[in-house]
Amino acid sequence: MLMRESIEEDVLLDIRDLETHFYGEESVTRALGGISFQVKKGETLGVVGESGCGKSVTALSILRLLPKLSARTVGGEIRFHGRDILELSDREMRKIRGDQIAMIFQEPMTSLNPVYTVGHQIAEAVQIHTKASRSVAMEKAEEMLRLVRIADPERRVNNYPHELSGGMRQRAMIAIALACSPELLIADEPTTALDVTIQAQILRLIVDLKERTGTAVMFITHDLGVVAETCQRVIVMYAGRIVEQANVIDLFARPAHPYTQGLMRSVPDRRRGRQRRLPEIPGIVPNLREPIVGCSFAPRCPFAIDICRDKTPILRDVGSSHAAACWRAEEVMGV
Amino acid sequence: MAGFIFRRLVSTIAVMAMVGIFVFLLLRLAPGDPAAMIAGRSATAEMIAGIREKLGLNDPMPVQFIRWVRDMLGGDFGTSIFAGRPVLELISQRLEPTLSLSILTMILSVTVGVSFGILAAWRTGGLVDRLLAAFSALGYSVPVFVIGYFFIYFFAFRMHWLPVQGYVPIEGGFRPWFVHLILPTVALGFGYIAFIARVTRASMLEVLSEDYMRTAAAKGASSYAMLFHHALKNAGVPILTVIGISFAYLIGGVVLTETVFNIPGIGRLVVDAINNRDYPIIQSVLILTSGLYVLINLTVDLAYTLIDPRIRY
Repeated sequence: MLMRESIEEDVLLDIRDLETHFYGEESVTRALGGISFQVKKGETLGVVGESGCGKSVTALSILRLLPKLSARTVGGEIRFHGRDILELSDREMRKIRGDQIAMIFQEPMTSLNPVYTVGHQIAEAVQIHTKASRSVAMEKAEEMLRLVRIADPERRVNNYPHELSGGMRQRAMIAIALACSPELLIADEPTTALDVTIQAQILRLIVDLKERTGTAVMFITHDLGVVAETCQRVIVMYAGRIVEQANVIDLFARPAHPYTQGLMRSVPDRRRGRQRRLPEIPGIVPNLREPIVGCSFAPRCPFAIDICRDKTPILRDVGSSHAAACWRAEEVMGV
Repeated sequence: MAGFIFRRLVSTIAVMAMVGIFVFLLLRLAPGDPAAMIAGRSATAEMIAGIREKLGLNDPMPVQFIRWVRDMLGGDFGTSIFAGRPVLELISQRLEPTLSLSILTMILSVTVGVSFGILAAWRTGGLVDRLLAAFSALGYSVPVFVIGYFFIYFFAFRMHWLPVQGYVPIEGGFRPWFVHLILPTVALGFGYIAFIARVTRASMLEVLSEDYMRTAAAKGASSYAMLFHHALKNAGVPILTVIGISFAYLIGGVVLTETVFNIPGIGRLVVDAINNRDYPIIQSVLILTSGLYVLINLTVDLAYTLIDPRIRY
């Protein structure tokens, strides 16, 4: 018992068998098919996968921000500091959102409210979670803008979102998210919608702020390059499940799932030159409205054998703190 | 902004000039000779000719028009053919009931309509939403005189809760004034409540699915703050537009309502004037209401800038 507690002491978020479904007119989409992972205090965890694999659904499930009418978390636990947040009342959940767990989104252009100033929107987060007065909160907003390195913060606090560029808006979003010093920051593709040069700046900013504040970061992306630069551990998701989990060095050195390998091959590499066409993973993502028999990646997998098509592989250890959901992981790693 | 207001005022002059010409011609082109009407049935041709001369009806049209405009700018809107009293005096006597009814109706329609719409959007498909669908079908399709007579029959005649008809000036006490206005206000407001609620609902639904609403939720904002702070202001522009339109349409509704509830307001004045071909009254009311429309439009356009910082003139 003592052992277990000491192990779990540094676990901030512990997700077990999380299942989230989307409800359509006549069908149910199993967006998350029972995933389990942990986020430790102060670490940066990458969550990687193609669009539609369940990355964002995982994030929204954690914050309980799924669309009310069409989606529901139907099973599992999300333990934050040991408490299952799926059991909390709406009121208790609101106290966690923005204060202990904050989130930044993919679309900086539309994620800020157009009719309020940036300063107002940062100050609002402060005022929701502290007893700060309006003027104290506005001072805090200015300080946050300085922290996210927006030039001229005393002027920018009074700007409306449409007066800022995309990069500045994403900085403002980060300022909102970090205003209450959260323990966990969920960044859902924060750089996808930005220019390449701005992407690098925003990434560096997030990494820097993480170092300074000690916030744990869950970094959702489809870009393995981003993962390599920012994360310590990585989860690879496919069709609503985790297919591989490893620390970043092991993952890049010895990927144990054919899907991870496929993703890595489709990252452009300057050393390989321009002429070659970028390899892609053949086939399409499975339809999650229908039950999947066997491994969900089998139809696209070069390693697939009979067992892959019949039995669903579970996530199993293939090295120290390296796990993969593949019947032939050892052979895959050997390739 | 100052430039915009200036340009709008200039264009207002142009609009009012067009209205003026139209209203002026309306009188001249309409069948029936005002001079003959004033003179009465038993008048001789000489009497009619005398009246024509006195009214200046023999002058060329442009001369008559300029004289008419000049008089109006000087505050002289002419004299009623039937009552023989200045039109402006007649109108100002009738102003209070009409203003009371209009303002109460707008307050009722905006508060009830907007809250109804917000609640329906908040819980789409819920009880309030379905209630609104039923209510707005009724509000749109049942005309104010049907609702009015039904209200009179039920609330006044059968239940004796409220007075049947009539109007008590506010100097006669707030309570009797208000009690007499309840039924007409609700009857007239019915359609506007439905209209404003539908637009509010649609506008709110659109806003509620915006990315920034998710950002607000991720901050930990309460449902109340989400709806009223984040969503309503963004949904405000279309809502404000329909409130402006409602205000403009209100004047038509007021005429019917005043007739049904026997309220001595401008609506009744106009109906009587039309029946009597009392042209100076018709003209003046047309000009004044046109001016009011233009003013409401300008106010609504200016109010947009208070709601949405992206709107700049």
